[in-house]
Amino acid sequence: MIRIKCPFCGERDHSEFTYGGDASIVYPALDATAEEWHEAVFMRENIRGMQTETWHHVNGCRMWLIVQRDTMTHEIRSVRPAHEGLAGVLEDDR
Amino acid sequence: MSARRLPSGGRIDRSQVLRFTWDDRVMSGHPGDSLASALMANGEQVLGRSFKYHRPRGVMSAGVEESGAMVTVGEGARRDPNVKAPMQELFNGLTATGQNAWPNVRFDFGEVNDMLGRFLVAGFYYKTFMGIPPFEWGKGTGAWMWYEKFIRKAAGMGSASREADPDQYEQGHDFCDLLVVGSGPAGMSSALAAAEAGLDVMLVEQDWELGGSFLSQTGSESKNRCADMVASLNNAGVRTMLRTTAFGLYDYGVAGLLERVTDHLQSPDPYQPRQRFWTVRAKQTILASGALERHIAFGNNDRPGVMNAAAGRAYVNRYGVLPGERVIVATNNDSAYHSAIDLASAGAEVTLLDARSTLPGELSERIGEAGVSLRTNTVPLKTKGRLSVNGLELAVISVNGWRARGAESCDAVLVSGGWSPVVNLMSHRGVKPKWDAENACFLAPSRHETIQMAGSAAGYWRAADCELSGIAAGSVAASALGKKAKSLVLPPIGGWDLAIKPVYEVKVPGKKLKCLVDPQHDVTAEDIRLAHREGFVSAEHLKRYTTLGMATDGGKMGNVIGLALMAEALGREIPEVGTTTFRPPYTPVSIGALRGRSVDEHFRPLRRTPMHDWNLSNGATMTMAGLWHRPWYFARQSETISEAYVRETETTRKTVGLCDVTSLGKIAVQGPDATEFLNRIYTNPFAKLPIGKARYGIMLRDDGFVMDDGTTWRLSETEYFMTTTTAHAGKVMVWLEELLQTRWQDLKVHVTSVSEQWAGCAVAGPESRKVLATCVEDASVMDNDAFPFMGVVETKLKGGIPCRIARISFSGELAYETYVPSDYAVAMMDLLWPQAEQSGGCLYGLEALGAMRIEKGHVTGAELDGRVTIEDAGLGKMASPKKSFIGSALRNRPDMTREDRPKLVGIFPKDRSQTFNAGAILCSVEQVSGLGEGWITGVTHSPVMGHWIGIGFISGGHEAWAERTAIAADPVRKGNTEVEIVSPHMYDPSGEKMYG
Repeated sequence: MIRIKCPFCGERDHSEFTYGGDASIVYPALDATAEEWHEAVFMRENIRGMQTETWHHVNGCRMWLIVQRDTMTHEIRSVRPAHEGLAGVLEDDR
Repeated sequence: MSARRLPSGGRIDRSQVLRFTWDDRVMSGHPGDSLASALMANGEQVLGRSFKYHRPRGVMSAGVEESGAMVTVGEGARRDPNVKAPMQELFNGLTATGQNAWPNVRFDFGEVNDMLGRFLVAGFYYKTFMGIPPFEWGKGTGAWMWYEKFIRKAAGMGSASREADPDQYEQGHDFCDLLVVGSGPAGMSSALAAAEAGLDVMLVEQDWELGGSFLSQTGSESKNRCADMVASLNNAGVRTMLRTTAFGLYDYGVAGLLERVTDHLQSPDPYQPRQRFWTVRAKQTILASGALERHIAFGNNDRPGVMNAAAGRAYVNRYGVLPGERVIVATNNDSAYHSAIDLASAGAEVTLLDARSTLPGELSERIGEAGVSLRTNTVPLKTKGRLSVNGLELAVISVNGWRARGAESCDAVLVSGGWSPVVNLMSHRGVKPKWDAENACFLAPSRHETIQMAGSAAGYWRAADCELSGIAAGSVAASALGKKAKSLVLPPIGGWDLAIKPVYEVKVPGKKLKCLVDPQHDVTAEDIRLAHREGFVSAEHLKRYTTLGMATDGGKMGNVIGLALMAEALGREIPEVGTTTFRPPYTPVSIGALRGRSVDEHFRPLRRTPMHDWNLSNGATMTMAGLWHRPWYFARQSETISEAYVRETETTRKTVGLCDVTSLGKIAVQGPDATEFLNRIYTNPFAKLPIGKARYGIMLRDDGFVMDDGTTWRLSETEYFMTTTTAHAGKVMVWLEELLQTRWQDLKVHVTSVSEQWAGCAVAGPESRKVLATCVEDASVMDNDAFPFMGVVETKLKGGIPCRIARISFSGELAYETYVPSDYAVAMMDLLWPQAEQSGGCLYGLEALGAMRIEKGHVTGAELDGRVTIEDAGLGKMASPKKSFIGSALRNRPDMTREDRPKLVGIFPKDRSQTFNAGAILCSVEQVSGLGEGWITGVTHSPVMGHWIGIGFISGGHEAWAERTAIAADPVRKGNTEVEIVSPHMYDPSGEKMYG
């Protein structure tokens, strides 16, 4: 069982979270072409190693998080709030 | 002659006598006995029958690797099959029975299989019965499945009770700095070292006593040492758990433990669970899980009376049971010398066969003193006897292998073929054990992640070295957690006086022997060579073809020998053939423990609306809708469900009906950018929705398919009240949070789930306005002009109850949804219901709600299943061509705009007296087969139409089927029905009633 250090709640079992997806995807503007949207929605790297991904602390603080996780070993390198404003506030607090 | 209880000695309490039954015969034992030791003390030899050949089996070990004495414990609903007798603690009143035998294990007709054994090789059943009959017709799976029933009956183990499990199970969670698995010399010393350095330590032991290998040693020195360590553990605050197996290791130091709480008790207290399933999160883990002794494949090496050498020692020293009077100990390493000495000291006549040609110096002197006669270069070839061993044919070393050399009489044979460290838990972490040729065993790395190996599990054979390695591991764990601890220099791995001589199988030319490799699944050495001849040469194929290592011991007994034999057949070394990957669980875990308390009504959470009790006291019959408990129908007198919902539908359409709609998802969308946000997620424009109006909206996913629908009410410049379907409430909330937190971080919007905060009641039907007007404080708010279709009013019900009302309709009638804070739910119903009743109205449930929405062609979760586009649902006009929204780019892909996509339609039976089922496949008359042209999602009896109607999807929609008959194909339930395809708007298509 993976344990994730939620920046708001502390270290918790992964069963409190749901996996979102690849956090490196930049979604295009709503009026972008179908090709651009196709690229963002369907084309994924199947990474073996460190991957940046989103997780939702759905049974906790309900914050979306950006997690760097090794897909082979499940080692987690970093966790931060997906919302840059919140991440900045946490950073300032430190 | 058989085993007998010695007059003194052992760790049993002879002052107390325990009575138990074995195959309906009453026997006695003592506290501290295992079922196996007690049965041996009572002279029982045949305790089981083997899986395939029904060969007689006795006690083969003293631990979890037991493959002979597998019995059924308990009776009735508490019958527990395949219990390993050495692991079952004896208690007063225990009942045990033999299994896989008829009429009993001592005399079993199934033994005929053993005589046919030369035919019943690996793959026999498949090869034979899949080829019958020997011509094409009738061959194949069907015939095989018929034979299989009989084959399964003949082979097997114990059978589980068919009754429901009467016991309770619990799940627990715990944390610690250090988890130590195993309480032998290494486990106890590591726990002690870590605890003394200041760690919070948990020590788990599958046995009912701490001590591990200490328990089967003799002499006061080791007994005192063990007792001292146990006392120190308690003083140091180590948390010890007995009868607890660490069955699996997972990521991040998470371990799964199974604690057997009452399996050793005659009459447990009623509050006690039978077992506890623990999830433990440990910062550091030490595996001091010991090593298991291997046997050797020689002729009839599974006959009762043959067991591993360490087991013989355990029975003498721990249980005071002498396995035989004339014992042959056969070994290829030093460890069995101790067994030989202890058995001889206990009074047995012992002969020691050592496969090696030289002798370990000091040990060989000691066996001389103990009166053990010794033969070098000698190995066992074949046991003699029938239901128990009465002699052993021997073999001696020759130029090319072994040759037969005489026989000895004996009544017990103790075998040591070397040791396999228990690396199973480390293997669970994806670590491949490596072959250590010098010690002839697989070893795991001493350290991986936060896990360390210690003691004989790490390949240390001497108790003193095990203790040292335990202290070292405990110190490493302590320093890893920032505590001061001394570092130690470790002795080299191994530690025997004289190296082991690898012996896996004994065979001599010209002699056919049945040498069991995996006794639990009856896999022989010959089966492995057959697998090789037939081309199954990889370790993984070998396992699956012969079923080696796939029995309940998970390969503890047979895997290494199997690999060695395959290596020999291939002419390679063991590490080139493969390694063995162990997977959880280490020992079987009952399904009951896995489920814990999540059973029956506790299987999943139950959601009740705040008017639940009100609904019940007003005659509701409830049904499950997702997690929600919702009113299904309100039967009057002796009404059936069909009569009730048809009446509710008719009444609602004629006068008024009230329905609890609290389960709809409700989300508060607030903030200066709320309008912009909604405009992006809904397909239809929200930018100009005035305050005090609601709008029906559809949201798509990124890929252009429909995600959900619902109404959103504008309460102020910056505040909206969004409703979602019951089914997708959670999903929509997650989606909105994701968009705001990841994609559109600049939008100043906050979303809050308020589903629990607001209770809702639909007031539907021509009289609905009148009913509500009498219930609000200011009746003028309900005027048709002041409160038009899709209008929203925030007002007060009589008595000052705050409420929000929207004029929206799911039923197709003039209708309102009224929401009040949840605490006022009952007050609202007490206001509305008397007024509705006076107008001749009714309460209606989910069944009538469904009937009315089907008549109206409104979609729900059943239609919005994630494969439907907005056009498929007949709502294409709701997609704005003027703005971009989530899904707008990808919803126009060619395949999503094809004309022949299945589209929402209404369905009538051609013969109006007929009916059909939801889930039926819609086919053309020409081809009633394959995937069909569409499907039916909902069916109801429509009182308005006077016949059954349905809603569903069909290729091209109703225009394409205007003049054609379709078939609702339902071959496994009610057969096929001819149907007409019509517009989904079956009731009041112009919407006069709703707007009026």
